[in-house]
Amino acid sequence: MAGQRPLPKPTPETRHFWEGTKAGQLWIQRCEECAHRYFPPRPFCPACGSRSVTVVGASGRATLYSYVIHHRPRPGFEPPYAIAVVELEEGPRMMTNIVECEQTPEALELDMRLEVTFEAQNDEVTLPFFRPARG
Amino acid sequence: MKPGTIAVVGAAESTDLGRLPGISQIQLHADAALNAMADCRLKPGDIDGVATAGQTPTEIAHYLGITPKWVDGTAVGGCSFMIHVRHACAALNDGLCDTVLITHGESGRSMVGRPPRSVDPASLAGQFEMPYGPMGPPTLFTIPVLRFMKTYGVTEEQIAMVAVVQREWAAKSPRATFRDPITVDDVLNSRMIAYPFRLLMCCLVTDGGGALILTRSDRAKDFPTKPVYVLGTGESAETPMISQMADFTTSRAFTVAGPRAFEEAGISHDDVDHLMIYDAFAHLPLYGLEDLGFVGRGEAAAFIAERNSAPGGKLPINTNGGGLSYMHSGMYGMYALQESVRQMRGVAPAQIEGAQISVCHGVGGMFGASGTIIFTNQVP
Repeated sequence: MAGQRPLPKPTPETRHFWEGTKAGQLWIQRCEECAHRYFPPRPFCPACGSRSVTVVGASGRATLYSYVIHHRPRPGFEPPYAIAVVELEEGPRMMTNIVECEQTPEALELDMRLEVTFEAQNDEVTLPFFRPARG
Repeated sequence: MKPGTIAVVGAAESTDLGRLPGISQIQLHADAALNAMADCRLKPGDIDGVATAGQTPTEIAHYLGITPKWVDGTAVGGCSFMIHVRHACAALNDGLCDTVLITHGESGRSMVGRPPRSVDPASLAGQFEMPYGPMGPPTLFTIPVLRFMKTYGVTEEQIAMVAVVQREWAAKSPRATFRDPITVDDVLNSRMIAYPFRLLMCCLVTDGGGALILTRSDRAKDFPTKPVYVLGTGESAETPMISQMADFTTSRAFTVAGPRAFEEAGISHDDVDHLMIYDAFAHLPLYGLEDLGFVGRGEAAAFIAERNSAPGGKLPINTNGGGLSYMHSGMYGMYALQESVRQMRGVAPAQIEGAQISVCHGVGGMFGASGTIIFTNQVP
């Protein structure tokens, strides 16, 4: 597990997302014109091109859409570990790791219910992860 | 494009393929380019259009001593060369230039003169994918497949069969890297890379190059080679992030590029004698067969497992052995194009007797982009 996982470098258009994770919030965006909800962040709607968009909180509830379990050494990670894509209750999908769960095909069932959890990596960056839903 | 108006008159791979620490990346481009020029008896001074990816067209034109009137540096990954063919057809038909050279060279294994790849931590992929530990294509390109398998009831054994069948083709090709037969058990017992992908479901990593020379079909008779005509072309792009692919069971780039090429060519699937589907990993022929409409949704895995694409089958696919067994430098599309051209010329090691139409379908990035070219050896 030597080394560190790569960390994001926020841009002006994504800074709100990373401020949100530090505060324990998962922000997505919603178009005021066509109601499309989307991720990753950008200051316009990728469905209709409108610049009239707002930042809205996601519930943090998601399901497991797909994944692989990586078996090779990688600095900052302890193999085997799953690299997953989850589908948020609101529709958008995001890449993440599944935590508090065995990293096996048996434990990682597609469509299983998940919930977001946040882990500070340093003073600047908090990453969103997902774990099996408790509720 | 108008079907058949453009022809491939020169085609060649680099002199050697494999582990080549004695040759740099740009020289792999040049080696293949010189071989392609020798194939159709041209000199660098005869070329007036240059397209390439991996290096810039400026680098290639200068290195080879070409003064181009047209350049294309479209670089969307391994299907860039299919897209170069498409753009070259438009440029040639519009009279922007007369003789186009498309080059590929990649020191993918030995990394001689190849800049290291890195993801900017401020890019969207750098912010929203890289923190979760992907390590190149084996951990990204592969992510959609569990969703595909669950949706259509596809088994690991069926995916293993893609590798088994392509090894049968590779056995017929003296230049293929891996030629020894393998079984489904061999594939399923090979080292786990990224579940459910095992080593033998992943492409190899080698060094090599390839080049094509295209001109308008009315000039094709001036060349010593058997012309291979371009019947139809398509291209598209979807996303630089696998996590943002709209549907993990189908590639939008494939479903735009493929049908467009068929429409231009004015052919149906029954007309196709030979098919190349870029196979960086064993699931790609499944997506390609379904997204191009050769089989229905969920039917591709059984189609391959039942040996329809194997030697003697009704639709030969990846007859050089593919990226899984022939060679894969990183941007494999050029080698798929070379095999289509060989099949249309009638000189492939695993020649399909009487083949008249070949479809060559490429992917770029990780389901990021796509290009499809349909060739024929029949005079338009």
